[in-house]
Amino acid sequence: MTFAKAINTGLRKALERDPKVMLMGEDIGTLGGVFRVTDGLAKDFGTDRVVDTPLAESGIVGTAIGLALRGYRPVCEIQFDGFIFPAFDQITTQLSKMHYRSRGRLTLPVVIRVPYGGGIGAVEHHSESPEVLFAHTAGLRVVSPSDPQDAYTMIQQAIASPDPVLFFEPKGRYWEKGDVDTDADAVAAPSTLDGARVLRPGTDVTLVAHGPTVATALKVADAAAAEGRSVEVVDLRAISPLDVGTVVESVRRTGRCVVVHEAPVLYGTGAEVAARVTEECFYHLEAPVLRVGGFHTPYPVAKLEHEYLPGLDRVLDAVDRVLAH
Amino acid sequence: MSPSGPLTDDGLVQLLTPAGERVDHPDYAPRVAHLDADALRGLYRDMVLVRRFDTEATALQRQGELGLWAQSLGQEAAQVGSGRALARQDYVFPSYREHGVAHTRGLDLTQILPLFRGVDHGGWDSDALGFHLYTLVIGSHTLHATGYAMGVQRDGAVGTGDPERDTAVVTYFGDGATSQGDVNEALVFAAVNNAPLVLFCQNNQWAISEPTTRQARVPLAARGPGFGVPSVRVDGNDVLACYAVTAEAAERARSGGGPTLIEAFTYRMGAHTTSDDPSRYRSAAEEDYWRQRDPIDRLDAHLTTTGELSDAFRAEVAAEADALGERVRTTARALGRPETSTMFEHVYATPHAVVDAERAWFEDYEASFTGGDR
Ligand SMILES: Cc1ncc(C[n+]2csc(CCOP(=O)(O)OP(=O)(O)O)c2C)c(N)n1
Repeated sequence: MTFAKAINTGLRKALERDPKVMLMGEDIGTLGGVFRVTDGLAKDFGTDRVVDTPLAESGIVGTAIGLALRGYRPVCEIQFDGFIFPAFDQITTQLSKMHYRSRGRLTLPVVIRVPYGGGIGAVEHHSESPEVLFAHTAGLRVVSPSDPQDAYTMIQQAIASPDPVLFFEPKGRYWEKGDVDTDADAVAAPSTLDGARVLRPGTDVTLVAHGPTVATALKVADAAAAEGRSVEVVDLRAISPLDVGTVVESVRRTGRCVVVHEAPVLYGTGAEVAARVTEECFYHLEAPVLRVGGFHTPYPVAKLEHEYLPGLDRVLDAVDRVLAH
Repeated sequence: MSPSGPLTDDGLVQLLTPAGERVDHPDYAPRVAHLDADALRGLYRDMVLVRRFDTEATALQRQGELGLWAQSLGQEAAQVGSGRALARQDYVFPSYREHGVAHTRGLDLTQILPLFRGVDHGGWDSDALGFHLYTLVIGSHTLHATGYAMGVQRDGAVGTGDPERDTAVVTYFGDGATSQGDVNEALVFAAVNNAPLVLFCQNNQWAISEPTTRQARVPLAARGPGFGVPSVRVDGNDVLACYAVTAEAAERARSGGGPTLIEAFTYRMGAHTTSDDPSRYRSAAEEDYWRQRDPIDRLDAHLTTTGELSDAFRAEVAAEADALGERVRTTARALGRPETSTMFEHVYATPHAVVDAERAWFEDYEASFTGGDR
């Protein structure tokens, strides 16, 4: 099943399980979303539960907050990463803080799905990776699946979560296929919303990735293996909370760490991971922690995005550099 | 559309003149016909109590007991009139100076103090009262109200004809807020969804130092029709007119008739907040003009001429206000400092490893000063 279909199936399960779950966003009903992630759901669940909203992102998230206060579990779709900013205020000043402000009386089980990341040759504002802007805000959970199985499981766990969840979907992977076990009860399963996983064991270097860069990391591990180097790949899954324990455990074994993500390196996830690893693994480190990511430029034009994105060669180069120490 | 600007008082619904005379209005007078002398004295009492609360809180801020205070002085009629027109099951989304509405929802006014003293971000059980927490980001709560109203609609709590079930949602915001995208988005969402919502704008003439003319060139109520939202301008210092227009709008909402925009033309007689100096931007003449239109004096004049307000009742309410003032002072002063550990509580509804780790670190750190384990 494709990544997109896995999310679609997860959404369908959630809609079936709980009548309070509803989807809302631009073009998600009749059209099934610009990426067809919500394909067929309006037909099967009705336009009251799969709602085509006005073209207003602050309105989508702001009304979702009100619906959640009334007992609904809204799942908002933001059409593309670069269009989340009109909703930034509602997410960071309202959605994230209502539970805290009410001293726990009010909970806002709202999910915001964001197709994000580059590599698909899009025009500007269609390829960005704004996840840390939300991870920097207390009260939000920020997650990103990297394969269809996790996409299927995590979307259901995000919807079941009483906390607001920013669900970042690597849009470049929507059409990639993988096995998905749809029989297992995703909500009952141990939560993948706050746990990193070792996707591929290795002994020489820990390569940390999330979302779209996990596939790159796996390719890097293959390429490195061909040169006799053993790369361990950790998929963060969650940006907030960050599962520092899994990363630290891995780095204590390998002694080396490279973090890779699409967002700019400056103040990014890599900075956070590197700082934590340095604090907790100082005496185990054989080399400085390196980061590979986007540059401190606006996301470039599509013809240059492959130079901007951390591809196989740039990550391999970083792996070589930590191994050279 | 009216050629006059947003500061005109043309076309205001009025049931009580500034001199306190009742005037007829074919659509709205019937909405208050059932309010007998007792009910009118009740509105008088509400307004006096709310004003005393406000005056007391302002004084407490001056004495350093509150960090900040947003006064409702002068807006008692708009708030009490609209608030008293609501049903128990209705739900209100206020901004930050709706103390009068809070009172009508049954909130013990002293519960507003912790927010302004800096010991709590909220302070009351919003669901129990049908009165949401105050919102400080201008306009954002109008969308929460709209979404909540969409939920009410989905719950089938609209148009059933059951007076205990049908529910209206009301959101309060200022003239400055009408410039915000969120308020405009709320109008769009409410209109296309036919949401059971009343958008109650208190045009108190100023957004801090900016007059309404910096926000609009037309009366604010004139914006509603462009969204397909029926709109009404009301004399915001006339408690009966505010009651009447809100009762009508709330009934429209509850019966499935959709949203209404109300512009209550009123005046903030105090400062924007206690950190602001209104003498820098407005004239004594303007304040004087509005003092002649004081909402409490107006009802007092009416009830006095009709022989329904005795000195004894006035004294009774004044004594009640004094007692409230006293209670406000003692409550404010008695509000302690919250435990530091509460800073880490309720950030998430479920455990979050980073918060847990930081909290544990902080507890260790604090313990290190008191000779505990490190
Ligand atoms: C989004 C936002 N911008 C600026 C402010 C700072 N601010 C607080 S109150 C205010 C004026 C609001 O005026 P209005 O909407 O007319 O309401 P009023 O205070 O007069 O009731 C401003 C600018 C804010 N709280 N939120």
